[in-house]
Amino acid sequence: MVAKVAASRAIGAVSARAGHGGTNLPGRAVLALDKGIIGRSASGFNKGSIVVSATNGKTTTCAMIASILTKERLSVTRNREGANLAAGVASALLKESSMTGRPCADVGLFEVDEAAFPEVACQVAPRVALLMNLFRDQLDRYGELEHIAGLWRAALRSMSSSTTKVLNADDPLVAAMAGVRPEKTLYFGIEDTAAGSGIMQHASDSKYCTVCGHPFDYDAIYMGHMGRYHCSRCGNSRPSPTVYADEVELQGMHGSRFRLVTPAGEIPVEISLPGLYNLYNALAAAAACFALDIRLKSIVAGLAEFSAAFGRVEEISIDGQRVMLLLVKNPAGFNEVIRTLAMEPGKKTLMLALNDRIADGRDISWIWDADLEQLTPAAAHVVASGTRAWEMAMRLKYAGVSHEVLEVQPDLGQALKAALEMIGSDEKLYVLPTYTAMLALRHEISQHFRIDRQLEDLVWK
Amino acid sequence: MEVRIAHLYPNLLNIYADRGNITALRQRCIWRHIDVSIHEFTLGEEPDWDAYDLFYISGGQDREQNLVCSDLSLKSSGLKDAVEGDAVLLSICGGYQLLGDYYRAADGNTIEGIGLFRARTIAGSKRLIGNVVIESLLDGGRLSLAGFENHAGRTYLDHGQEPLGRVVTGYGNNSEDGGEGIVYRNAIGTYMHGPLLPKNTAFADYLLRKALEHHHGEPVELESLDDSVEAHALAVALKLKK
Repeated sequence: MVAKVAASRAIGAVSARAGHGGTNLPGRAVLALDKGIIGRSASGFNKGSIVVSATNGKTTTCAMIASILTKERLSVTRNREGANLAAGVASALLKESSMTGRPCADVGLFEVDEAAFPEVACQVAPRVALLMNLFRDQLDRYGELEHIAGLWRAALRSMSSSTTKVLNADDPLVAAMAGVRPEKTLYFGIEDTAAGSGIMQHASDSKYCTVCGHPFDYDAIYMGHMGRYHCSRCGNSRPSPTVYADEVELQGMHGSRFRLVTPAGEIPVEISLPGLYNLYNALAAAAACFALDIRLKSIVAGLAEFSAAFGRVEEISIDGQRVMLLLVKNPAGFNEVIRTLAMEPGKKTLMLALNDRIADGRDISWIWDADLEQLTPAAAHVVASGTRAWEMAMRLKYAGVSHEVLEVQPDLGQALKAALEMIGSDEKLYVLPTYTAMLALRHEISQHFRIDRQLEDLVWK
Repeated sequence: MEVRIAHLYPNLLNIYADRGNITALRQRCIWRHIDVSIHEFTLGEEPDWDAYDLFYISGGQDREQNLVCSDLSLKSSGLKDAVEGDAVLLSICGGYQLLGDYYRAADGNTIEGIGLFRARTIAGSKRLIGNVVIESLLDGGRLSLAGFENHAGRTYLDHGQEPLGRVVTGYGNNSEDGGEGIVYRNAIGTYMHGPLLPKNTAFADYLLRKALEHHHGEPVELESLDDSVEAHALAVALKLKK
């Protein structure tokens, strides 16, 4: 065992030096040597582990949880974004464990890819399994939602009885997971029906009763297919959440406020991240930490202090010009970004960067599922960029953006330059890139633009 | 001029953003000042078959497709008669499969199609996923079409049936015989989404012209549009790897 850990650490150190980032390689090596390593190592956390999966919000929510745990003076071992398969988890465990494989931190915190959740969760045997949402993502990677839901159900069924499931009551497909051992389930959700958009977005999934297949009736729709639903045929309905948000106040790009209600009391919460989707992330983080017996005081302090996780939403200043970066990666997330932008007054200059690499989804048809038509009235100028810039430009054309305000520049650096020239000194540039376009843009910015903050500040908290 | 479009099961079959196809048809009419009406029909709703020039049916997830299957059998004769009367029909992916003779699932269960296309689909173990480029001889000339495919079913055309095109890049109907899609009269089945029509403007206009001719009963010529953005998008897509 000691030899195996040592061998894998050596591989990690070498691969990190060789510039591979050193994240997955040692994990893969050690998993090949020893399949039980994750389980044995993860069982050593004295406060247990949290495993988080979702289509949207995994990274942001984990960053929020980490911020809360720090407030509770607990140390955390976590896997890095992009290393969210079993190998990534094994790498994280190896890197921060003693020579005998015992973890040094109090809590293990692992965000896992939807398809990898069963494998990782069954090995980690976490104290808390947080399942947040299932949206239509890049279907070329995962096939259909029902398939993922089936994998999750099977995993929850085979997991240890000591695991508490923390489930989103507002997502019918996720809420239905409680069927297995309902006594170890904690629901979270939004109770303030006024927070809803009221309209079913085109990209909505799982609108059908998870018991009988009849279409759900919605009393409120918060985003996508998430809301207050019930089935008029069989009586199946949204479970009442134990941890919930009430008196929701969305403040556009400035963030939101809500009253967090838990069995341990209630308390006002303020977050600086925009949109209902980030409110859901905060609520999920709060619920998971509550299930881990973290004090309410630490939860609120952790959420308040949290600033945007790597690239989700961040504001930077390039040569004195303000730039907002908002990651878009699937229709539901895209729609929420659009909805949030539409709440800001005035016309905006936008840069939309669409790449079609594997991490973005090679099938770019999802941009037609996002309601870009809602963005058109707010667009003063739009620059389309990325490997599929023309495809994005075409989508915008059919959404009603006129060619006078539309520019196409596939090269990300050139596009950013062109977009910056379009904004006045008191205006902001809104950049909406897909995942690899975001990474490439950050690189581009660090190489060729003068930014007024250290780039390190923007990477992981 | 006027054209009437019936969109079948839009609430159930909409998985690969194929509403882009409807958007493209609508906009290309509006830009040319052609009166276009698009009506949606779902479970239990029967269109007046003679009143429409173009029918559109897309694909969905398994649950939704099963719901559609039994309803579609009730609409079978209406849809078939419309196609025999030279109405245009565009079916994508799951919609294409449901219009064939049958679909045999991985567990051996057979789902009856409506037999509008003489073709059958057998589920395979590996999904066929990737960019797809085909060369079509539709409308006389050589037409290069680009899209994306994602299907577990392998579709085999009966002897003598005509595919929509030959595969240049990608898998096509079954990854074996080099054919993609099917054409029968003005009815077309294809695995290409992406969506298909916005960037493949020549194909979109072919369908539109046939639909207008169906409506007016005489040859129609379409006004040309500024398709430079679409042409760029297509040029990029034609060069993509599988």
